[in-house]
Amino acid sequence: MKQIAVVSGKGGTGKTTLASSLAFLFENHVIADCDVDAPNMHLILNPSVESEEEFVGGKKAVIIDEKCIRCGVCENICRFDAIYVRDDRSYYVDKFACEGCSACVIVCPTNAIELVDEVAGSVYTSKTKVAPMVHALLRPGEETSGKLVAEVRKKALEVAKNEKKDYMVIDGAPGVGCPVESTVVGVTYVIVVAEPTSSGLHDMRRIVEVLEQLRRNFGVVINKYDINMDKTRDIENFCDVKGIRILGKIPFDEKVQTANVMGIPVVKIDGSPAASEIRRIYQELLKILEGGLQG
Amino acid sequence: MKITVLSGKGGTGKTTISTNLSWILSEKMKVQLLDTDVEEPNTHLFFDIEFQEEIPVNIMIPVVDKDKCILCGECAKVCQFGAIAVFPKAVMVFENLCHGCGACSLICPTKAIDEKPKRIGVIRLGRINGNLLYGMGLMDLGEPSGVGIIRELKKRMDDSADVVIIDAPPGTSCPVVESLRGTDFAILVTESSPFGLHDLRMAVEVVRTMEIPVGVVLNKYDPSFREMDEYIKKEGLKVLMKVPFNKEIAYHYSKGELFTKYISGWRDKFWRMYEEIKEMIG
Repeated sequence: MKQIAVVSGKGGTGKTTLASSLAFLFENHVIADCDVDAPNMHLILNPSVESEEEFVGGKKAVIIDEKCIRCGVCENICRFDAIYVRDDRSYYVDKFACEGCSACVIVCPTNAIELVDEVAGSVYTSKTKVAPMVHALLRPGEETSGKLVAEVRKKALEVAKNEKKDYMVIDGAPGVGCPVESTVVGVTYVIVVAEPTSSGLHDMRRIVEVLEQLRRNFGVVINKYDINMDKTRDIENFCDVKGIRILGKIPFDEKVQTANVMGIPVVKIDGSPAASEIRRIYQELLKILEGGLQG
Repeated sequence: MKITVLSGKGGTGKTTISTNLSWILSEKMKVQLLDTDVEEPNTHLFFDIEFQEEIPVNIMIPVVDKDKCILCGECAKVCQFGAIAVFPKAVMVFENLCHGCGACSLICPTKAIDEKPKRIGVIRLGRINGNLLYGMGLMDLGEPSGVGIIRELKKRMDDSADVVIIDAPPGTSCPVVESLRGTDFAILVTESSPFGLHDLRMAVEVVRTMEIPVGVVLNKYDPSFREMDEYIKKEGLKVLMKVPFNKEIAYHYSKGELFTKYISGWRDKFWRMYEEIKEMIG
Protein backbone atom coordinates (compact mmCIF):
# COMPACT_ATOMS: atom_id res chain seq x y z
CA MET A 1 0.00 0.00 0.00
CA LYS A 2 1.20 3.49 -0.85
CA GLN A 3 0.63 6.49 1.40
CA ILE A 4 0.42 10.06 0.14
CA ALA A 5 0.43 12.97 2.62
CA VAL A 6 -0.45 16.60 1.87
CA VAL A 7 1.27 19.17 4.12
CA SER A 8 2.07 22.89 3.91
CA GLY A 9 3.94 24.54 6.78
CA LYS A 10 1.76 27.63 6.53
CA GLY A 11 -1.94 27.19 7.20
CA GLY A 12 -4.61 28.05 4.66
CA THR A 13 -2.55 27.42 1.53
CA GLY A 14 -5.02 24.87 0.15
CA LYS A 15 -4.02 21.54 1.71
CA THR A 16 -7.57 20.39 2.24
CA THR A 17 -8.70 21.63 -1.18
CA LEU A 18 -6.04 19.44 -2.81
CA ALA A 19 -6.35 16.51 -0.40
CA SER A 20 -10.15 16.30 -0.69
CA SER A 21 -9.89 16.34 -4.49
CA LEU A 22 -7.23 13.61 -4.42
CA ALA A 23 -9.47 11.66 -2.05
CA PHE A 24 -12.10 11.88 -4.78
CA LEU A 25 -9.76 10.93 -7.64
CA PHE A 26 -7.85 8.00 -6.14
CA GLU A 27 -9.37 4.54 -6.38
CA ASN A 28 -9.37 1.73 -3.86
CA HIS A 29 -8.01 3.85 -1.05
CA VAL A 30 -8.55 4.95 2.51
CA ILE A 31 -8.61 8.59 3.66
CA ALA A 32 -6.97 9.91 6.83
CA ASP A 33 -7.42 13.45 8.18
CA CYS A 34 -4.37 14.08 10.33
CA ASP A 35 -5.11 17.75 10.99
CA VAL A 36 -6.58 16.73 14.33
CA ASP A 37 -6.37 20.24 15.72
CA ALA A 38 -8.63 21.83 13.09
CA PRO A 39 -9.91 19.04 10.85
CA ASN A 40 -11.81 20.13 7.75
CA MET A 41 -11.89 17.17 5.35
CA HIS A 42 -15.20 15.96 6.78
CA LEU A 43 -16.85 19.19 5.61
CA ILE A 44 -16.17 18.11 2.02
CA LEU A 45 -16.47 14.35 2.29
CA ASN A 46 -19.47 14.13 4.67
CA PRO A 47 -18.46 10.96 6.47
CA SER A 48 -21.02 8.92 8.38
CA VAL A 49 -19.36 7.79 11.58
CA GLU A 50 -19.35 4.04 12.13
CA SER A 51 -17.29 3.88 15.29
CA GLU A 52 -15.78 6.29 17.77
CA GLU A 53 -12.99 5.69 20.25
CA GLU A 54 -11.90 8.00 23.03
CA PHE A 55 -8.29 9.07 22.94
CA VAL A 56 -6.37 9.34 26.20
CA GLY A 57 -3.58 11.75 25.40
CA GLY A 58 -1.78 11.88 28.69
CA LYS A 59 -2.36 12.60 32.32
CA LYS A 60 -3.13 15.69 34.35
CA ALA A 61 -2.42 16.44 37.99
CA VAL A 62 -5.37 16.78 40.37
CA ILE A 63 -5.02 18.21 43.88
CA ILE A 64 -7.17 16.62 46.59
CA ASP A 65 -8.06 19.64 48.65
CA GLU A 66 -8.75 17.79 51.93
CA LYS A 67 -5.23 16.38 51.97
CA CYS A 68 -3.52 19.64 50.90
CA ILE A 69 -1.70 21.50 53.67
CA ARG A 70 -1.03 24.52 51.41
CA CYS A 71 2.73 24.28 51.71
CA GLY A 72 3.35 25.44 48.13
CA VAL A 73 6.08 22.90 47.34
CA CYS A 74 4.20 21.78 44.20
CA GLU A 75 3.90 25.32 42.92
CA ASN A 76 7.65 25.81 43.21
CA ILE A 77 8.65 22.54 41.60
CA CYS A 78 6.34 22.87 38.55
CA ARG A 79 8.28 24.07 35.53
CA PHE A 80 5.16 24.77 33.48
CA ASP A 81 3.59 27.34 35.83
CA ALA A 82 0.58 25.05 36.04
CA ILE A 83 -0.07 25.26 39.78
CA TYR A 84 -1.43 28.42 41.31
CA VAL A 85 -3.14 29.74 44.43
CA ARG A 86 -6.54 31.38 44.32
CA ASP A 87 -7.94 34.01 46.66
CA ASP A 88 -9.27 31.31 48.98
CA ARG A 89 -5.63 30.18 49.46
CA SER A 90 -6.36 26.77 47.91
CA TYR A 91 -4.04 25.34 45.27
CA TYR A 92 -5.28 24.60 41.78
CA VAL A 93 -3.93 22.93 38.65
CA ASP A 94 -4.29 24.82 35.40
CA LYS A 95 -5.40 21.94 33.19
CA PHE A 96 -4.20 23.64 30.03
CA ALA A 97 -0.68 24.28 31.36
CA CYS A 98 -0.19 20.92 33.11
CA GLU A 99 1.90 18.48 31.09
CA GLY A 100 1.18 15.59 33.44
CA CYS A 101 4.84 15.11 34.31
CA SER A 102 4.34 13.99 37.95
CA ALA A 103 7.00 16.26 39.50
CA CYS A 104 4.36 17.70 41.87
CA VAL A 105 3.17 14.21 42.79
CA ILE A 106 6.72 13.28 43.78
CA VAL A 107 7.32 16.28 46.03
CA CYS A 108 3.94 16.60 47.73
CA PRO A 109 4.56 15.74 51.40
CA THR A 110 0.97 14.63 52.07
CA ASN A 111 0.27 12.66 48.85
CA ALA A 112 -2.43 15.13 47.99
CA ILE A 113 -1.77 15.08 44.25
CA GLU A 114 -2.73 12.37 41.78
CA LEU A 115 -2.29 11.96 38.05
CA VAL A 116 -5.46 11.06 36.22
CA ASP A 117 -6.05 10.04 32.61
CA GLU A 118 -7.19 12.88 30.41
CA VAL A 119 -9.46 12.20 27.46
CA ALA A 120 -7.93 14.54 24.91
CA GLY A 121 -10.08 13.73 21.91
CA SER A 122 -11.76 11.07 19.80
CA VAL A 123 -10.85 8.96 16.79
CA TYR A 124 -13.59 8.19 14.27
CA THR A 125 -13.80 5.45 11.66
CA SER A 126 -16.29 6.47 9.00
CA LYS A 127 -17.69 5.76 5.57
CA THR A 128 -17.83 8.30 2.77
CA LYS A 129 -19.18 8.00 -0.76
CA VAL A 130 -15.66 7.59 -2.15
CA ALA A 131 -13.77 5.62 0.49
CA PRO A 132 -13.52 4.76 4.16
CA MET A 133 -12.14 7.59 6.26
CA VAL A 134 -10.42 7.87 9.62
CA HIS A 135 -10.45 11.23 11.35
CA ALA A 136 -10.18 12.68 14.82
CA LEU A 137 -10.92 15.68 16.93
CA LEU A 138 -8.63 17.05 19.60
CA ARG A 139 -10.53 18.81 22.37
CA PRO A 140 -9.80 22.54 22.45
CA GLY A 141 -6.81 23.49 24.57
CA GLU A 142 -5.24 20.04 24.62
CA GLU A 143 -1.57 19.51 23.92
CA THR A 144 -0.81 19.43 20.18
CA SER A 145 -0.81 15.75 19.70
CA GLY A 146 1.48 13.82 17.46
CA LYS A 147 0.17 10.85 19.41
CA LEU A 148 -3.38 11.40 18.19
CA VAL A 149 -2.09 11.76 14.61
CA ALA A 150 -0.26 8.45 15.03
CA GLU A 151 -3.49 6.92 16.31
CA VAL A 152 -5.40 8.09 13.22
CA ARG A 153 -2.76 6.61 10.93
CA LYS A 154 -2.72 3.34 12.85
CA LYS A 155 -6.49 3.02 12.49
CA ALA A 156 -6.34 3.95 8.81
CA LEU A 157 -3.67 1.29 8.26
CA GLU A 158 -5.90 -1.32 9.88
CA VAL A 159 -8.78 -0.37 7.61
CA ALA A 160 -6.49 -0.44 4.58
CA LYS A 161 -5.22 -3.89 5.52
CA ASN A 162 -8.65 -5.37 6.20
CA GLU A 163 -10.15 -3.99 3.01
CA LYS A 164 -7.01 -4.54 0.90
CA LYS A 165 -6.62 -0.95 -0.19
CA ASP A 166 -3.88 0.24 -2.56
CA TYR A 167 -3.54 3.82 -1.30
CA MET A 168 -3.90 6.05 1.72
CA VAL A 169 -4.57 9.77 1.15
CA ILE A 170 -3.60 11.88 4.16
CA ASP A 171 -4.48 15.52 4.90
CA GLY A 172 -1.80 16.85 7.25
CA ALA A 173 -1.54 19.50 9.94
CA PRO A 174 0.01 22.95 9.42
CA GLY A 175 3.29 23.85 11.11
CA VAL A 176 6.60 22.01 11.46
CA GLY A 177 6.18 20.38 14.87
CA CYS A 178 5.29 16.99 16.23
CA PRO A 179 1.87 16.55 14.50
CA VAL A 180 3.49 17.12 11.10
CA GLU A 181 6.31 14.70 11.78
CA SER A 182 3.76 12.10 12.85
CA THR A 183 1.85 12.77 9.64
CA VAL A 184 4.77 12.09 7.30
CA VAL A 185 6.73 9.36 9.10
CA GLY A 186 6.68 6.26 6.94
CA VAL A 187 4.60 7.69 4.07
CA THR A 188 5.52 6.95 0.46
CA TYR A 189 5.27 10.47 -0.90
CA VAL A 190 4.64 13.94 0.53
CA ILE A 191 3.07 16.86 -1.31
CA VAL A 192 3.93 20.33 -0.01
CA VAL A 193 1.31 22.93 -0.91
CA ALA A 194 2.90 26.37 -1.11
CA GLU A 195 1.40 29.75 -1.94
CA PRO A 196 3.29 32.56 -3.69
CA THR A 197 3.51 34.99 -0.79
CA SER A 198 6.41 36.07 1.44
CA SER A 199 4.89 34.05 4.28
CA GLY A 200 4.24 31.07 2.02
CA LEU A 201 7.83 30.98 0.81
CA HIS A 202 9.23 31.41 4.34
CA ASP A 203 7.11 28.58 5.73
CA MET A 204 7.77 26.28 2.76
CA ARG A 205 11.52 26.52 3.37
CA ARG A 206 11.02 25.33 6.94
CA ILE A 207 8.77 22.40 6.07
CA VAL A 208 11.15 21.38 3.26
CA GLU A 209 14.01 21.30 5.78
CA VAL A 210 11.95 19.08 8.08
CA LEU A 211 11.14 16.71 5.20
CA GLU A 212 14.80 16.59 4.22
CA GLN A 213 15.80 15.79 7.80
CA LEU A 214 13.24 12.99 7.80
CA ARG A 215 14.45 11.82 4.35
CA ARG A 216 11.01 11.89 2.78
CA ASN A 217 10.28 11.78 -0.95
CA PHE A 218 8.33 14.90 -1.76
CA GLY A 219 7.23 17.38 -4.40
CA VAL A 220 5.74 20.87 -4.36
CA VAL A 221 2.41 22.19 -5.63
CA ILE A 222 2.11 25.96 -5.98
CA ASN A 223 -1.45 27.00 -5.24
CA LYS A 224 -2.97 30.25 -6.55
CA TYR A 225 0.29 30.63 -8.46
CA ASP A 226 -0.96 33.60 -10.52
CA ILE A 227 -1.62 35.81 -7.47
CA ASN A 228 2.00 36.92 -7.48
CA MET A 229 4.18 35.71 -10.36
CA ASP A 230 7.39 37.08 -8.79
CA LYS A 231 6.88 34.98 -5.69
CA THR A 232 5.96 31.97 -7.83
CA ARG A 233 9.30 32.36 -9.60
CA ASP A 234 11.01 32.58 -6.20
CA ILE A 235 9.43 29.26 -5.24
CA GLU A 236 10.43 27.74 -8.60
CA ASN A 237 14.00 28.94 -8.21
CA PHE A 238 14.18 27.60 -4.68
CA CYS A 239 12.93 24.19 -5.87
CA ASP A 240 15.23 24.27 -8.86
CA VAL A 241 18.33 24.86 -6.73
CA LYS A 242 17.28 22.14 -4.30
CA GLY A 243 16.30 19.70 -7.05
CA ILE A 244 12.72 19.51 -5.80
CA ARG A 245 10.09 18.44 -8.30
CA ILE A 246 7.22 20.85 -8.91
CA LEU A 247 4.17 18.69 -9.44
CA GLY A 248 1.93 21.45 -10.64
CA LYS A 249 0.72 25.03 -10.41
CA ILE A 250 -2.92 25.58 -9.54
CA PRO A 251 -4.37 28.90 -10.73
CA PHE A 252 -6.47 31.17 -8.54
CA ASP A 253 -10.01 30.06 -9.28
CA GLU A 254 -13.20 31.36 -7.69
CA LYS A 255 -14.78 27.95 -8.26
CA VAL A 256 -12.64 26.61 -5.40
CA GLN A 257 -14.53 28.83 -2.96
CA THR A 258 -17.82 27.83 -4.64
CA ALA A 259 -16.97 24.16 -4.19
CA ASN A 260 -15.97 24.65 -0.55
CA VAL A 261 -19.21 26.46 0.21
CA MET A 262 -21.17 23.68 -1.52
CA GLY A 263 -19.20 21.12 0.47
CA ILE A 264 -17.90 19.21 -2.56
CA PRO A 265 -14.38 18.64 -3.92
CA VAL A 266 -13.48 21.19 -6.58
CA VAL A 267 -12.75 18.43 -9.11
CA LYS A 268 -16.48 17.78 -9.25
CA ILE A 269 -17.07 21.22 -10.75
CA ASP A 270 -17.07 21.44 -14.55
CA GLY A 271 -14.94 24.01 -16.28
CA SER A 272 -12.82 24.80 -13.26
CA PRO A 273 -9.21 25.61 -14.21
CA ALA A 274 -8.06 24.59 -10.71
CA ALA A 275 -9.81 21.25 -11.10
CA SER A 276 -8.16 20.41 -14.42
CA GLU A 277 -4.72 21.18 -12.96
CA ILE A 278 -5.48 18.99 -9.94
CA ARG A 279 -6.47 16.14 -12.30
CA ARG A 280 -3.15 16.59 -14.08
CA ILE A 281 -1.29 16.54 -10.75
CA TYR A 282 -3.11 13.33 -9.87
CA GLN A 283 -1.94 11.67 -13.11
CA GLU A 284 1.61 12.84 -12.47
CA LEU A 285 1.39 11.49 -8.93
CA LEU A 286 0.27 8.07 -10.17
CA LYS A 287 3.27 7.97 -12.50
CA ILE A 288 5.62 8.86 -9.66
CA LEU A 289 4.11 6.25 -7.35
CA GLU A 290 4.22 3.55 -10.02
CA GLY A 291 7.69 4.48 -11.19
CA GLY A 292 9.15 3.64 -7.79
CA LEU A 293 9.80 7.29 -7.00
CA GLN A 294 12.72 7.76 -9.37
CA GLY A 295 13.50 11.22 -10.67
CA MET B 1 -3.90 46.36 27.19
CA LYS B 2 -3.08 42.93 25.80
CA ILE B 3 -4.82 41.69 22.67
CA THR B 4 -4.34 38.23 21.14
CA VAL B 5 -5.16 37.64 17.48
CA LEU B 6 -6.11 34.06 16.66
CA SER B 7 -8.16 32.16 14.11
CA GLY B 8 -8.54 28.41 14.49
CA LYS B 9 -8.04 27.84 10.79
CA GLY B 10 -4.71 28.82 9.29
CA GLY B 11 -4.43 31.35 6.50
CA THR B 12 -7.52 33.37 7.37
CA GLY B 13 -5.61 36.61 7.89
CA LYS B 14 -4.33 36.67 11.48
CA THR B 15 -1.01 38.12 10.42
CA THR B 16 -2.64 40.68 8.12
CA ILE B 17 -4.75 41.96 11.02
CA SER B 18 -2.05 41.88 13.71
CA THR B 19 0.63 43.60 11.61
CA ASN B 20 -1.64 46.34 10.27
CA LEU B 21 -3.24 46.95 13.67
CA SER B 22 0.17 47.23 15.37
CA TRP B 23 1.43 49.62 12.74
CA ILE B 24 -1.60 51.90 12.86
CA LEU B 25 -1.87 52.03 16.67
CA SER B 26 1.82 52.88 16.91
CA GLU B 27 1.09 56.22 15.25
CA LYS B 28 -0.31 57.47 18.54
CA MET B 29 0.86 55.10 21.26
CA LYS B 30 3.55 52.66 22.24
CA VAL B 31 2.86 49.19 20.86
CA GLN B 32 4.63 45.85 21.15
CA LEU B 33 3.92 43.13 18.60
CA LEU B 34 4.73 39.57 19.69
CA ASP B 35 4.65 36.62 17.28
CA THR B 36 3.89 33.42 19.19
CA ASP B 37 3.44 31.29 16.07
CA VAL B 38 6.86 29.85 16.84
CA GLU B 39 6.57 27.00 14.31
CA GLU B 40 5.94 29.31 11.37
CA PRO B 41 6.26 32.96 12.40
CA ASN B 42 5.50 35.46 9.63
CA THR B 43 4.98 38.93 11.11
CA HIS B 44 8.70 39.79 10.77
CA LEU B 45 8.33 39.59 6.98
CA PHE B 46 6.20 42.74 7.00
CA PHE B 47 8.61 45.08 8.74
CA ASP B 48 12.14 46.35 8.73
CA ILE B 49 13.19 45.25 12.18
CA GLU B 50 16.24 46.32 14.08
CA PHE B 51 16.90 43.22 16.19
CA GLN B 52 18.68 43.98 19.45
CA GLU B 53 18.66 40.72 21.34
CA GLU B 54 18.64 37.01 20.54
CA ILE B 55 18.01 34.78 23.52
CA PRO B 56 18.20 31.00 23.29
CA VAL B 57 15.36 29.11 24.98
CA ASN B 58 16.45 26.01 26.81
CA ILE B 59 14.83 23.21 28.68
CA MET B 60 16.71 21.23 31.31
CA ILE B 61 17.32 17.63 30.34
CA PRO B 62 18.76 14.82 32.46
CA VAL B 63 22.38 13.71 32.53
CA VAL B 64 22.98 10.44 34.33
CA ASP B 65 26.12 9.95 36.39
CA LYS B 66 27.11 6.34 35.69
CA ASP B 67 29.10 6.04 38.88
CA LYS B 68 26.19 6.98 41.09
CA CYS B 69 23.46 5.19 39.09
CA ILE B 70 22.34 1.85 40.55
CA LEU B 71 20.11 1.04 37.53
CA CYS B 72 17.03 0.81 39.74
CA GLY B 73 14.72 2.00 36.95
CA GLU B 74 12.80 4.53 39.05
CA CYS B 75 13.49 7.34 36.56
CA ALA B 76 12.09 5.39 33.63
CA LYS B 77 9.03 4.50 35.68
CA VAL B 78 8.30 8.08 36.67
CA CYS B 79 8.87 9.63 33.23
CA GLN B 80 5.49 10.21 31.60
CA PHE B 81 6.98 10.83 28.18
CA GLY B 82 9.07 7.72 27.61
CA ALA B 83 12.16 9.89 27.44
CA ILE B 84 14.40 7.80 29.66
CA ALA B 85 14.98 4.05 29.49
CA VAL B 86 16.96 1.78 31.78
CA PHE B 87 18.80 -1.19 30.32
CA PRO B 88 20.73 -3.86 32.24
CA LYS B 89 23.97 -1.94 31.90
CA ALA B 90 23.06 1.66 31.11
CA VAL B 91 20.45 4.43 31.13
CA MET B 92 19.47 6.14 27.90
CA VAL B 93 17.92 9.60 27.52
CA PHE B 94 15.85 10.38 24.40
CA GLU B 95 16.35 14.13 24.20
CA ASN B 96 13.59 14.89 21.72
CA LEU B 97 10.96 13.25 23.91
CA CYS B 98 12.03 15.01 27.11
CA HIS B 99 9.73 17.78 28.36
CA GLY B 100 12.34 19.02 30.83
CA CYS B 101 10.08 18.57 33.88
CA GLY B 102 12.79 17.35 36.25
CA ALA B 103 10.77 14.42 37.65
CA CYS B 104 13.56 11.90 37.02
CA SER B 105 16.13 13.83 39.00
CA LEU B 106 13.61 14.32 41.81
CA ILE B 107 12.87 10.60 42.10
CA CYS B 108 16.43 9.28 41.74
CA PRO B 109 17.34 7.66 45.10
CA THR B 110 21.10 8.09 44.63
CA LYS B 111 21.04 11.62 43.19
CA ALA B 112 22.66 10.30 40.04
CA ILE B 113 20.73 12.61 37.71
CA ASP B 114 22.01 16.07 37.05
CA GLU B 115 20.56 18.40 34.41
CA LYS B 116 21.97 20.32 31.48
CA PRO B 117 20.34 22.91 29.25
CA LYS B 118 19.21 21.91 25.77
CA ARG B 119 18.19 24.53 23.23
CA ILE B 120 14.68 24.23 21.74
CA GLY B 121 14.55 27.58 19.96
CA VAL B 122 15.23 31.30 20.22
CA ILE B 123 13.53 34.54 21.05
CA ARG B 124 14.39 37.61 19.01
CA LEU B 125 13.62 41.05 20.37
CA GLY B 126 13.92 44.35 18.60
CA ARG B 127 12.17 47.47 17.41
CA ILE B 128 10.54 48.62 14.22
CA ASN B 129 10.55 52.26 15.30
CA GLY B 130 10.52 54.24 18.52
CA ASN B 131 6.86 53.47 19.08
CA LEU B 132 6.69 49.91 17.80
CA LEU B 133 8.56 47.17 19.64
CA TYR B 134 8.83 43.67 18.31
CA GLY B 135 9.39 40.14 19.59
CA MET B 136 9.20 36.73 17.98
CA GLY B 137 9.90 33.12 18.90
CA LEU B 138 11.35 30.56 16.54
CA MET B 139 11.26 26.86 17.35
CA ASP B 140 14.23 24.78 16.24
CA LEU B 141 13.27 22.29 13.55
CA GLY B 142 12.90 18.77 14.89
CA GLU B 143 11.57 19.91 18.26
CA PRO B 144 8.15 18.53 19.14
CA SER B 145 6.58 21.57 20.83
CA GLY B 146 7.08 25.31 21.00
CA VAL B 147 5.00 25.99 24.11
CA GLY B 148 8.11 26.68 26.23
CA ILE B 149 9.25 29.29 23.72
CA ILE B 150 5.87 31.02 23.83
CA ARG B 151 6.06 31.08 27.63
CA GLU B 152 9.50 32.70 27.53
CA LEU B 153 8.51 35.21 24.85
CA LYS B 154 5.52 36.34 26.87
CA LYS B 155 7.79 37.03 29.84
CA ARG B 156 9.40 39.68 27.63
CA MET B 157 6.24 41.74 27.33
CA ASP B 158 7.22 45.37 27.61
CA ASP B 159 5.60 47.14 30.56
CA SER B 160 6.08 50.51 28.89
CA ALA B 161 3.86 49.50 25.95
CA ASP B 162 0.30 50.84 25.94
CA VAL B 163 -0.87 47.92 23.83
CA VAL B 164 0.67 44.46 23.36
CA ILE B 165 -0.58 42.58 20.29
CA ILE B 166 0.03 38.84 20.14
CA ASP B 167 -0.12 36.98 16.82
CA ALA B 168 -1.07 33.43 17.83
CA PRO B 169 -0.48 30.14 15.98
CA PRO B 170 -3.34 28.45 14.10
CA GLY B 171 -5.45 25.75 15.72
CA THR B 172 -6.99 25.67 19.18
CA SER B 173 -4.58 23.48 21.09
CA CYS B 174 -2.02 24.08 23.81
CA PRO B 175 0.15 26.73 22.04
CA VAL B 176 -2.96 28.83 21.37
CA VAL B 177 -4.05 28.61 25.00
CA GLU B 178 -0.53 29.61 26.08
CA SER B 179 -0.73 32.62 23.73
CA LEU B 180 -4.13 33.65 25.11
CA ARG B 181 -3.28 33.24 28.77
CA GLY B 182 -3.50 36.55 30.65
CA THR B 183 -4.67 38.63 27.70
CA ASP B 184 -7.51 41.14 27.98
CA PHE B 185 -9.11 40.58 24.61
CA ALA B 186 -9.17 38.09 21.74
CA ILE B 187 -9.65 39.04 18.10
CA LEU B 188 -10.84 36.01 16.14
CA VAL B 189 -10.08 36.27 12.44
CA THR B 190 -12.20 34.07 10.21
CA GLU B 191 -13.12 33.74 6.55
CA SER B 192 -16.39 33.12 4.73
CA SER B 193 -16.11 29.40 4.13
CA PRO B 194 -17.29 26.22 5.86
CA PHE B 195 -13.67 25.65 6.97
CA GLY B 196 -13.43 29.11 8.47
CA LEU B 197 -16.75 28.69 10.28
CA HIS B 198 -15.92 25.22 11.59
CA ASP B 199 -12.63 26.33 13.08
CA LEU B 200 -14.12 29.61 14.36
CA ARG B 201 -16.56 27.60 16.47
CA MET B 202 -13.64 25.79 18.09
CA ALA B 203 -11.78 29.04 18.72
CA VAL B 204 -14.88 30.61 20.29
CA GLU B 205 -15.13 27.63 22.63
CA VAL B 206 -11.54 28.16 23.78
CA VAL B 207 -11.79 31.90 24.47
CA ARG B 208 -15.13 31.44 26.25
CA THR B 209 -13.69 28.68 28.44
CA MET B 210 -10.87 31.06 29.32
CA GLU B 211 -13.39 33.86 29.96
CA ILE B 212 -11.68 36.30 27.62
CA PRO B 213 -13.79 39.01 25.91
CA VAL B 214 -13.90 38.40 22.19
CA GLY B 215 -14.69 40.07 18.87
CA VAL B 216 -14.61 38.76 15.31
CA VAL B 217 -12.99 40.04 12.12
CA LEU B 218 -14.69 38.64 9.03
CA ASN B 219 -11.92 38.44 6.48
CA LYS B 220 -12.40 37.61 2.79
CA TYR B 221 -16.01 38.38 3.67
CA ASP B 222 -18.62 37.00 1.28
CA PRO B 223 -22.24 37.75 2.31
CA SER B 224 -23.50 34.87 0.16
CA PHE B 225 -22.05 32.45 2.73
CA ARG B 226 -25.01 33.04 5.03
CA GLU B 227 -24.13 30.40 7.62
CA MET B 228 -21.39 32.68 8.94
CA ASP B 229 -23.73 35.58 9.68
CA GLU B 230 -26.28 33.21 11.18
CA TYR B 231 -23.69 31.73 13.51
CA ILE B 232 -22.39 35.16 14.57
CA LYS B 233 -25.93 36.28 15.32
CA LYS B 234 -26.87 33.14 17.21
CA GLU B 235 -23.77 33.33 19.39
CA GLY B 236 -24.14 37.06 19.93
CA LEU B 237 -20.58 37.69 18.74
CA LYS B 238 -19.41 41.23 18.14
CA VAL B 239 -18.20 41.86 14.58
CA LEU B 240 -15.25 44.26 14.77
CA MET B 241 -14.55 44.60 11.07
CA LYS B 242 -15.47 43.12 7.71
CA VAL B 243 -12.78 42.86 5.05
CA PRO B 244 -14.18 41.77 1.66
CA PHE B 245 -12.02 39.60 -0.59
CA ASN B 246 -9.90 41.98 -2.60
CA LYS B 247 -7.14 40.99 -5.00
CA GLU B 248 -5.23 44.16 -4.15
CA ILE B 249 -5.12 43.29 -0.44
CA ALA B 250 -4.02 39.75 -1.32
CA TYR B 251 -1.31 41.12 -3.59
CA HIS B 252 0.15 43.43 -0.91
CA TYR B 253 0.11 40.55 1.55
CA SER B 254 1.91 38.33 -0.94
CA LYS B 255 4.69 40.90 -1.26
CA GLY B 256 5.06 41.26 2.48
CA GLU B 257 3.50 44.73 2.58
CA LEU B 258 0.98 46.32 4.93
CA PHE B 259 -2.09 46.90 2.77
CA THR B 260 -3.30 49.82 4.89
CA LYS B 261 -0.27 51.81 3.72
CA TYR B 262 -1.47 51.56 0.13
CA ILE B 263 -5.26 51.37 0.16
CA SER B 264 -7.04 54.35 1.64
CA GLY B 265 -9.85 54.25 4.16
CA TRP B 266 -8.57 51.36 6.24
CA ARG B 267 -6.62 53.29 8.87
CA ASP B 268 -9.84 54.74 10.28
CA LYS B 269 -11.46 51.31 10.31
CA PHE B 270 -8.59 49.87 12.36
CA TRP B 271 -8.79 52.81 14.77
CA ARG B 272 -12.53 52.29 15.15
CA MET B 273 -11.89 48.63 15.87
CA TYR B 274 -9.45 49.59 18.60
CA GLU B 275 -11.94 52.01 20.14
CA GLU B 276 -14.58 49.30 20.15
CA ILE B 277 -12.24 46.83 21.81
CA LYS B 278 -11.39 49.41 24.47
CA GLU B 279 -15.06 49.91 25.16
CA MET B 280 -15.73 46.17 25.38
CA ILE B 281 -12.94 45.63 27.89
CA GLY B 282 -14.39 48.51 29.91
